[in-house]
Amino acid sequence: MTATAARPRSFDLARAADYAAPGALVVVWLAFFIATPHFLTLDNIGDLLVASSILAVLALGQQFAVVVAGIDLSVGANLPWAAALLGATATAGVPMGLAILIAIAGSVVVGVVNGFLVGYLKMTDFIVTLGSLSVVSGITLLLTEGNTVAVSSPFLQAIALDGIGPVRWFWLIALAAAVLVWATLFRTRAGTHLLAVGGGPDAALGTGIPVRRVRLAAYAASGLLCGVAGVMLVARNGGADPSLQTNYLLSSIAAVVLGGSSLFGGKASVAGSVTGAVLLTSLVNGFTIIGISQYFQTIAVGAVVLLAALLARFRK
Amino acid sequence: MTSETQYLLEARDLVKTFDAVRALDGLSAGFAEGEVTAIVGDNGAGKSTLVRCLTGVHPPTEGQLLFRGEPIRLSSPQAARDLGIETVYQDLGLIDDLAVWQNLFLNRELLRPIPLLGVLDRPRMIRESRDILSGLDVNVPSVRTTVRRMSGGQRQSIAIARAVTWGKSLVIMDEPTAALGVRETAAVEKLILSLRDRGVTVLIISHDLDQVMRVADTVVVLRRGRAVARRPVADVTGDRLVGLITGTIAEAA
Repeated sequence: MTATAARPRSFDLARAADYAAPGALVVVWLAFFIATPHFLTLDNIGDLLVASSILAVLALGQQFAVVVAGIDLSVGANLPWAAALLGATATAGVPMGLAILIAIAGSVVVGVVNGFLVGYLKMTDFIVTLGSLSVVSGITLLLTEGNTVAVSSPFLQAIALDGIGPVRWFWLIALAAAVLVWATLFRTRAGTHLLAVGGGPDAALGTGIPVRRVRLAAYAASGLLCGVAGVMLVARNGGADPSLQTNYLLSSIAAVVLGGSSLFGGKASVAGSVTGAVLLTSLVNGFTIIGISQYFQTIAVGAVVLLAALLARFRK
Repeated sequence: MTSETQYLLEARDLVKTFDAVRALDGLSAGFAEGEVTAIVGDNGAGKSTLVRCLTGVHPPTEGQLLFRGEPIRLSSPQAARDLGIETVYQDLGLIDDLAVWQNLFLNRELLRPIPLLGVLDRPRMIRESRDILSGLDVNVPSVRTTVRRMSGGQRQSIAIARAVTWGKSLVIMDEPTAALGVRETAAVEKLILSLRDRGVTVLIISHDLDQVMRVADTVVVLRRGRAVARRPVADVTGDRLVGLITGTIAEAA
């Protein structure tokens, strides 16, 4: 055992990793601005930020799993699960407010099950959420028989399209989620315990922190925000698509990693995760405008993630 | 000493077996209030097992623990903490990425008087952390820096300061200077001596016999799972301690 902590090997690279997301965002926006006059327009940036909002909320949920040194792969299925619940209940004539609550609650249940398996049964996070990804996806397809359900709700439509003046509701939802997550992580006892469990589970247990319960709470919070994102997705698409959302899954993890949170837990950056979400959405948006094949988009997103992981390696 | 002497914490005939291994084999020892007691012994003598029994990590297989003369059962680390027994393990139990003040108040956070939300009273914890550390003459650049940036001696001192702050009755230290350099060891020893001056009861495990002579009032020697000697430090020499540890001097406790 050595008592002295290993100092960062290279300070500059560690710094670079912390500012990877905002730095890359500037570079990407500049590149697209040079490439096309249609990118940096008020309309496009407004739409881009609306599209980013869903991913941002999802990434904020992922942030909770990552901060306790875990990962939530189930969001790829939990997202359409919430959407399908909303679609099914709305179709059945349940009032929209209640339908939204049921959808979000359904996602929380998935999170609680994940958290129970990871926290109390001490199963590997990766395997647990991979398993529930498959199980929840199957349940969703059974519920919907694989069909997309149209949800026509003036309320959801208003949320997706309107706002206060030029400020869109989606931005406000994402902003509110970000502020709440930040306050929870850095200004409450629960947040301190989340950071402690991620940073040093043994040390946290040593001070009497209920590590199992904290892990469960982290996955429940991931489920909660996934549910909110699911409702936003239905509002934006005007319907509930039951198919697996692997793009959203990968992007949510990528946004958190890009944002500078440590995948080894104990370090969180809320602003970073949101910036990461905007960055990834910008890539997709810019490529679409320029007319680059969507196959290149996935390559670019993957490359950005690998680059972020490389930078994170130097932070250790 | 006779068994009528009331100790703060006393172990009577402790036995702890791990499968076929008898790590503690009828160990009896007492720890007097307000004293620094050192536990010495060769590797495998049972030092760490004794500490784990005293802190509720491993309940003993047989035997009794008495706290202020009353029989107690320490079924968990929390039970020990509830009695005001705090332990500084070799890994220190600090969270590297949290600030010094967050580590000092970990799971004992001071909250603002807002029900249910659990909102941290950061200014008060930061202020009190400064008071705790300056009261113990522990120097850190700032209590708002993360522990990761601290030197080994500073980390050890922070862990000890936390144990002293919450360990109202007994502070147990497992090899507190094993990983430290000469200067940092001196600083930690100074801290331990200042604890003795304040009447804190300390139990320290150490391999360093010179250190035992410097900081302890009483030394308890373990050999093969038993306490073979309990002596005031003033009455023993380093050579005699070595003899007791290795068994070349046989002596009843």
